[in-house]
Amino acid sequence: MQLDATDRRLIDRYQKGMPITSRPFLAMGEELGIPEEAVIGRLEALQAQQAISRVGPVFEHSRAGASLLAAVAAPKEDIDQVADRINHFPGINHNYAREHEFNLWFVMTAPDEKTLETRLDELEKTLALPFLRLPMVEAYHIDLAFNIDWEALP
Amino acid sequence: MSHMPLAVNPSLNHAQKLLILRRRLETGLPLCPRPYRALAVECGLTEQQVLEATSEWQANGLIKRMGLVVRHRTLGYRANAMVVWDIPDEKVAAVGHALAEEPFVTLCYQRPRQRPDWPYNLFCMIHGTDREQVREQLRQLRERHGLENTDHDVLFSRKAYRQCGGRYVGDANA
Repeated sequence: MQLDATDRRLIDRYQKGMPITSRPFLAMGEELGIPEEAVIGRLEALQAQQAISRVGPVFEHSRAGASLLAAVAAPKEDIDQVADRINHFPGINHNYAREHEFNLWFVMTAPDEKTLETRLDELEKTLALPFLRLPMVEAYHIDLAFNIDWEALP
Repeated sequence: MSHMPLAVNPSLNHAQKLLILRRRLETGLPLCPRPYRALAVECGLTEQQVLEATSEWQANGLIKRMGLVVRHRTLGYRANAMVVWDIPDEKVAAVGHALAEEPFVTLCYQRPRQRPDWPYNLFCMIHGTDREQVREQLRQLRERHGLENTDHDVLFSRKAYRQCGGRYVGDANA
């Protein structure tokens, strides 16, 4: 995907630190030297192209409810089916196939620990596959924003 | 995305309205000149109340950042590996902090080992344009942090079945 210099600046400058003010896109445009409606138009286009998923707050998982990383070793030939069944459960917000004996990795979230536990138990029973449950002990780096190396991109 | 104001039950109390606001914020700001006013209408709050609540959540750390949520895969970061390490307990915090400083490490967590199935206690995520770049970054990482002889495993992602922001707020009665 080729983005122009202004889109790149928009991304570089505002993966974090977007102002919380009545007209945030006006303030962003003033800093970038473009009109408010151009900021809005560019954000809409970036969203439509799926370069960004949304604009707004990223909540801190551990403070915004309960969540847990879990992994299962699904039989290779069933992996798509198992992934699909996991996705149909409430509160699944990541679900990746990874190259390992534990080949499906997902994060389950819930409003509180008790609901989380209940959901996990239910899912484990439904799949009839034991989970690796890997709660977070400590986060050393939790900021998902990272600097895009535009030159290195294909 | 529709910005049609939703009918908010007028009998909701302030805390319930804030819960609706939080749930609504998790899906992103509406892209219009006054997004907080649009949210205020949806939640039965004033624009000022929405701005104050959002600022407060940012100040107290519930919101960890505010801005564009990038989809790295679309931009061209095609490879990502979860690298897991078995670090002696007394060293794990120091190593975790050090790895987190690397620009290509996007997440770094300590998690409990689950022996015998899982001997690893430190997890980090490395993004790259392709697997070769990820492997090269990992090689540098091991060299720089003295991890050449540390047991580890590299789990490249093969397919994303789901990737989206957390929805933590329960079913508020909107």
